[in-house]
Amino acid sequence: MDWCLPKVRMSMFAVWSRNFRVWRKLILPSTLFNFGEPFIYLLGLGLGLGSFIGEMDGVPYLTFLPSGLLASSVMNTATYEGLFSVYTRMVPQQTYEGMLATPLEVDDIVAGEMLWCATKGLMSSSAILVVGFLIGALQDWQAIFCLPFFFLIGLCFAGPAIVVSSLAPSYDYFNYYVTLLLTPMFIFCGVFYPVRTLPDFIEPFIQVLPLSHAIALVRPLASGQPLHNVLLHVCVLAAFAGIGFYLAVVLVRRRLIN
Amino acid sequence: MNSSSVSDPPIVLAKNLSKRFGDFLAVDDINLSVPTGGCFGLLGPNGAGKTTTLRMFLGQSHQSSGSLHVLGQVMPEQTRSVRRKIGVVPQLDNLDVDFTVIENLKVYASFFALNFRDIESYIDELLVMVELEDKRNTRISELSGGMKRRLSIARALVNKPKLLVLDEPTTGLDPQVRHLIWSRLRELKNSGTTLLLTTHYMEEAERLCDDLVIMDKGKILKRGHPKQLISEYVESDVIEIHCSMEMANSLLKQVSDIRYELVDETVYCFTNEPLKIIKELETQAGLTWLHRPANLEDVFLSLTGRELHEAQ
Repeated sequence: MDWCLPKVRMSMFAVWSRNFRVWRKLILPSTLFNFGEPFIYLLGLGLGLGSFIGEMDGVPYLTFLPSGLLASSVMNTATYEGLFSVYTRMVPQQTYEGMLATPLEVDDIVAGEMLWCATKGLMSSSAILVVGFLIGALQDWQAIFCLPFFFLIGLCFAGPAIVVSSLAPSYDYFNYYVTLLLTPMFIFCGVFYPVRTLPDFIEPFIQVLPLSHAIALVRPLASGQPLHNVLLHVCVLAAFAGIGFYLAVVLVRRRLIN
Repeated sequence: MNSSSVSDPPIVLAKNLSKRFGDFLAVDDINLSVPTGGCFGLLGPNGAGKTTTLRMFLGQSHQSSGSLHVLGQVMPEQTRSVRRKIGVVPQLDNLDVDFTVIENLKVYASFFALNFRDIESYIDELLVMVELEDKRNTRISELSGGMKRRLSIARALVNKPKLLVLDEPTTGLDPQVRHLIWSRLRELKNSGTTLLLTTHYMEEAERLCDDLVIMDKGKILKRGHPKQLISEYVESDVIEIHCSMEMANSLLKQVSDIRYELVDETVYCFTNEPLKIIKELETQAGLTWLHRPANLEDVFLSLTGRELHEAQ
């Protein structure tokens, strides 16, 4: 195995812009998806559940829920791009094989894909942000400071997803990752309710999961609350992004350069 | 015309190059010097190690031992710089199915950090060259196999490579497309691009290659110009007779200077004096036979296809 540290070069933007070009062709359905989904979720769940729940953790549920969905949506979008789309380009479409006949190396491909996963995460959560403001669920303008964190959260989940793609023999193997890690994070890391309502012994496990740190940054910003331990949360997310990038490069090299 | 001269350093230089996958030795200690200019062929049956060898030349596979220089640069360390000057036509088309014909060329050019506007007219020339100018805005899924291969060739030329590497360039294509591709490749060769191709079509190698090696089981068996190899390893003519070995023996017992090989139901007679044999055969009504000049396939089979041969 080639454990050399990856190099980050400008050529990663060539990979990013290839994906952007493909996305641009599908801009209408993507936009419908990005805005339509949160619209339905926020209205349906936020208003429907919100009228029973009223406030949660000192915030109206109609604000509490979207401030969690902002983080989980980056996670899901970046992860699915890193799993299905990356695998498709790596294995059935052989897109990377074509790229590896040009000056691009695996390092550039993985870096470009991670940037792209994060970009898609950013787009999906920005749409939720807009919808949240439109329906009055979000009101505090400090919410726009979430944007750079969306990108970081996207990078944090992109790396591990590409690691899974690089190991998977087929699409079906993604179920392990989705069912054993992604769905538990979505349900247990505080998107729908505060983590501290769970039994005490579970909390330490929840605290090592990256989505908890993502929510700890995004929720206060989006709901107009003070931020705590910013550096800690940013470091955890950055560590997942960095280690994920390194492992993804090593494993994609193993799969493609043999 | 070909701008290279004898003094040019080799475009590829491999010394004691080996590639091992677990217990399997895919490339076994080969020494190879590919001259700059002209067309060089890597021939061999499937599994001979041709594709692995090519992948090492491109930095897509790293050698287990030995040294490799491509365009004077050390591989795999200088992969990026080498790939900048190489064009690759892969064995299986890996065109970007999310794009149209012209978009494929644009996006590929961007991987070389080439600005599309600077090369726009060159890309138009490439489309004309591969006869796809009417298909600019066609999606890849709507192209035929032959069109895809032609687009792959155009794509491999966007960076004006010094060396064009083609892995089985005409496998699976119909004769019209093969002839079109061969003629384009000859033009490229004449304009000074070095071609390096793998093939198991002997006809392709004979038509295109100035120099070639025959590989089998990871080793290089022979090297030479196709005509030289033919004259060196087989007689000038081959007569294929559909009969048993006993029958051929009794028919041709008066004729000397023949070498026989039996493959399935056919006796191959290798000879420098075909007329004598033909005279004998013409007396036999109902016998099916074929007279042809010896070709590279005969050399190839005699070198690599031993298990099928039952030479007398």
